[in-house]
Amino acid sequence: MHHNSIADIIRGLNAKDFSSKELTIHLLNRIEQYDSQYNSFITVTREQALAAAEAADKLRMQGNDNHLFCGVPIAHKDIFCTEGIRTSCGSKMLDNFISPYDASVVTRFKQAGAVLLGKTNMDEFAMGSSNENSYYGPVKNPWDTTRVPGGSSGGSAAAVAALLTPGATATDTGGSIRQPAALCGVTGLKPTYGRVSRFGMIAFASSLDQGGPITRSAEDAAIMLGVMAGYDPKDSTSINEPVPDYTATLTDSLQGLKIGLPNEYFSKALNPEIESALQLAIKEFETMGAKVQPIGLPHTDLAVPAYYVIAPAECSANLSRYDGVRYGYRCSEPKNLEDLYTRSRGEAFGIEVKRRILVGTYALSAGYYDAYYSKAQKIRRLIKQDFVEAFKSVDIILGPTAPSPAFSINAKNKDPIEMYLEDIYTISANLAGLPGMSIPVGIVNNMPIGMQLIGNYFQESQLLNAAHQFQLATDWHLKTTQIAA
Amino acid sequence: MAINRSDIEKIAVLARLSISDSELPEVTESIANILTLVDKLQAVNTDGIEPMAHPTDATQPLRSDIVTEQNLRDTFQQIAPATENGLYLVPKVIE
Repeated sequence: MHHNSIADIIRGLNAKDFSSKELTIHLLNRIEQYDSQYNSFITVTREQALAAAEAADKLRMQGNDNHLFCGVPIAHKDIFCTEGIRTSCGSKMLDNFISPYDASVVTRFKQAGAVLLGKTNMDEFAMGSSNENSYYGPVKNPWDTTRVPGGSSGGSAAAVAALLTPGATATDTGGSIRQPAALCGVTGLKPTYGRVSRFGMIAFASSLDQGGPITRSAEDAAIMLGVMAGYDPKDSTSINEPVPDYTATLTDSLQGLKIGLPNEYFSKALNPEIESALQLAIKEFETMGAKVQPIGLPHTDLAVPAYYVIAPAECSANLSRYDGVRYGYRCSEPKNLEDLYTRSRGEAFGIEVKRRILVGTYALSAGYYDAYYSKAQKIRRLIKQDFVEAFKSVDIILGPTAPSPAFSINAKNKDPIEMYLEDIYTISANLAGLPGMSIPVGIVNNMPIGMQLIGNYFQESQLLNAAHQFQLATDWHLKTTQIAA
Repeated sequence: MAINRSDIEKIAVLARLSISDSELPEVTESIANILTLVDKLQAVNTDGIEPMAHPTDATQPLRSDIVTEQNLRDTFQQIAPATENGLYLVPKVIE
């Protein structure tokens, strides 16, 4: 039953092949049996899941299930606030935080009748590319438990790859959906900035953060995005654009689709084995009628430096709310108010979070603001303009998701810069606010690798269509179902 | 722009963040490396380029000035470290 995709589950529930409760119990038992190997969940919500599954089954029996997602089990990244359930964001700071409200994404899934299995592990406050920065310990890659699953949504990607949940929510600030999806051999979609509400999604870098789904197929990502996307008056950066039926266009022909290959991504620096896999994928797209052409994104090499000014600057502002006064961790016996702030934060934040708060504080401090923050924002516009130019001649941009397959635990966590370069291909889409997707494209040294597709603003349908057509013609996305227990 | 240990200590005060003596050397070194990485930006000519704060250059939406939120003080204070009579408790600020 755990091999079922979300699309399979919906068909099975509709045909009454199984009930939501049967499926939910099966998945909860799998989590109990196998997750000690992966550590992909921080909290398992067994009782709530069983109650939600029973309620969904009842609605279906009465014919009152007004959403196709009714009774489908999922997991939420532990960055989404869930009322009455601990929402830790992977941090000691929020280890005791029982959210008093639901994120809008959580509300949407509840209203659709989804069943929440639990909250997935993540790098602390979504800062990391290996999931080694979690207060709850590292997540292990289900393909090889000596390796990282990627991050920051490593728990969501690992849980989906290990067939513990058919889909999970995730967030992406610099690659945190796409890179773990690539490293775990699953499908991940970061929508256009503003497409999915950020209300109740714990903030890291507000102008970059965006929620999206991690699933085992593009078809499932289309179904999940349909639940997640839409205008939310509670998020002032949410964009009031109609949400198309993402599943309706999956079967469209790719005849005449124009695909751009950035010279800067297909450079000498690209891992040759990943390049070979991408070349095969490009041939596959050409067979389906797509037209391929080289494009230039000349400011690509400035994306990582610009990001490591903008993201820490926004992080230092957002994380100033954790002061030990209203919720979260408080140090014991503070001497005075200053000591309360300083020690509560110092004792509860991990080293990477501290590093980014310090970099951001420095970049925003008097005398340095123009040289760092303002400069990085100007570069950000140059990076966006590269894409605006490119999308005048192509529909979709194709490239690698990550520079290499999953690396060993402890291989990169001593050198932050080496870790930051994991996101070298994914960061630009966040700076520009564009939708990006990662789908499995091959296996290198027994580990999966990902292909990234970047679309124009609000063109998620086009990305999902191209990814679905690729998955109809190939079976890389099905490999993870063969390795899982 | 080289950064040293005392710079980091000053920034930590601004950020209200305690950094232990054992963390300081590693934090100083790694932040110096990050600043070297981002200094690459300085070489780019950005004359006449407007800083970009928001990916879609959207404007802030406005709404009517009416109360929409309920008062949930009791709910919120259930998860507070220390409260008394509906107030959040902190160490004494004024002697």
